[in-house]
Amino acid sequence: MSLDLATTRRIAKLARIGLEDAELEATTQKLNSILGWIDQLAEVNVDGVPPMVGTETEALRQREDVVNDGNCRDALLACAPETAGPFYTVPKVVE
Amino acid sequence: MLTGLTLTEARAGLAARSFSARELAKAHLDAIARLNPALNAYITVLPEETVLAQADAADARYAAGTAGLMDGLPIGIKDLFCTKDIRTTAASPILADFVPPYESTVTARLLKEGAVFLGKTNLDEFAMGSANTSSAFGATTSPWRRTDAPDVALVPGGSSGGSSAAVAAGLALAATGTDTGGSIRQPAAYCGIVGLKPTYGRCSRWGVIAYASSLDQAGPMTRSVTDAGLMLEAMAGFDERDSTSASRPVPAFHKAVGKSVKGLRVGIPTEYRAPGLPEDVLAMWEQGIAWLREAGCEVVDVSLPHTRYGLTSYYIIAPAECSSNLARYDGIRFGKRVDAPSLDAVYEASRAAGFGPEVRSRILMGTYVLSAGYYDAYYLKAQKVRTLIRRDFEQAFETVDVLLTPTAPSAAFAQGENQNDPVQMYLNDIFTVPASLAGIPGLSVPVGLNGAGLPLGLQVLGRHFDEETVLSVGGALEAAAGFAHRPTLHAGAGA
Repeated sequence: MSLDLATTRRIAKLARIGLEDAELEATTQKLNSILGWIDQLAEVNVDGVPPMVGTETEALRQREDVVNDGNCRDALLACAPETAGPFYTVPKVVE
Repeated sequence: MLTGLTLTEARAGLAARSFSARELAKAHLDAIARLNPALNAYITVLPEETVLAQADAADARYAAGTAGLMDGLPIGIKDLFCTKDIRTTAASPILADFVPPYESTVTARLLKEGAVFLGKTNLDEFAMGSANTSSAFGATTSPWRRTDAPDVALVPGGSSGGSSAAVAAGLALAATGTDTGGSIRQPAAYCGIVGLKPTYGRCSRWGVIAYASSLDQAGPMTRSVTDAGLMLEAMAGFDERDSTSASRPVPAFHKAVGKSVKGLRVGIPTEYRAPGLPEDVLAMWEQGIAWLREAGCEVVDVSLPHTRYGLTSYYIIAPAECSSNLARYDGIRFGKRVDAPSLDAVYEASRAAGFGPEVRSRILMGTYVLSAGYYDAYYLKAQKVRTLIRRDFEQAFETVDVLLTPTAPSAAFAQGENQNDPVQMYLNDIFTVPASLAGIPGLSVPVGLNGAGLPLGLQVLGRHFDEETVLSVGGALEAAAGFAHRPTLHAGAGA
């Protein structure tokens, strides 16, 4: 499988990474050189093989449904590049 | 020479009051001031008064007889571990000014055991790389030089290249690293030090900036195998804040070193004799096999038939997890923000400016293999191949106790080499990636120099949670090799 420019543009949109038109070609080329190499996976027979999800050394745990962290609003807000009072700010999304 | 000690020697010296933690810390700060401009091993060096205050507290604990496992020992922390009130960058522009309001579990444990932090070490951006050339804070240069080309700057390996360079050059007694596909073991091999990637789940991932969560694992980078065991004891242990943390007791790992390896069965995976493997790497591997035979091990050939698909499935799985993990960098809640007229445009501009080229291509690759229509062909397929790779190891460990392989297919290469062909760069991880996919522990031990005077490492792989046997075998290799070489640039060389 190989990518065309339109697909790269679509992926970049999905990933929310702004790509200049000038970068599009080189990026597509780089991804294609990796994909060409990855295609060798097609030759492996995986019939009846379950996917390995995570590393399966630990079962998922449950815990009490209680607040065990938090009360650090100001410390977290202080990491933001821009805030207004106790809020993050974003450009207007609703007209 | 205080900067040339092992952790074990330094701890004994501190306990005997032969020198103080303050003297030890000061010697390291001096070495950093002298050599870091040439090596760029640290992104952030902590202020002298902060470091000396930690050292003074350690001296007080020695005086009171309450010293911890790592007390007074000056170490470097890979700049991927969040450290409270100390800038943590992941070597990325997007986190260039990020000061975490919390401490990672691993660094908190090290602090609790009395370790003295010198600073935050350089790495490939978001730990994605094998050469430490993609850091937004400039490449780290290896302290080693080829004897036949002493002017050529070499890579220290990656992604934990700042840590490996710092430990090799005497800018820290030891350092933390993280390993997703070889990022502890390969730089350790390139710099002539010891690097241990524990079993997945041994060390908590909480507070370690995520790259590929099903693979990321923290571990020690040290000057001796005993030190690796000692430091792992301090770093490891169950943490309820990491859902994949192993709820198992932490053994006294360092006591496994020096234990007889007589009668252990050592497997040599035939598939690792890759065509084109350089003669010097092959010769070192044969030497390692001979040493283990002399130590009483039984050496047998084993087969790991899916080895050649390890790298390819890794380069689907790791980017997929990376694209998901790095979605959090939106320019809104933390990190760099580039203003633009709409919310989507803010995301796109912030992420375009905030991520370097390698990180961007891995995010795009990951987005692609997870996207509708391609998920089954790529991501699901890679996960199934991962099962096969894990089964290969489990089958081998039914008949052998450990596996012995080279850590990397070559010694360190020059900065700028392998940069144009991404696949060529990825091949550096060919021997380390399969163990990461399977989640088993791996140790790199420096065993000798090649013809150009550069260190080569051998890798010992073991069963899940059997770091102790891995350390015993690593200790036997270390004893036989007697590796005592120092890089061209090191604190004791009076550079």
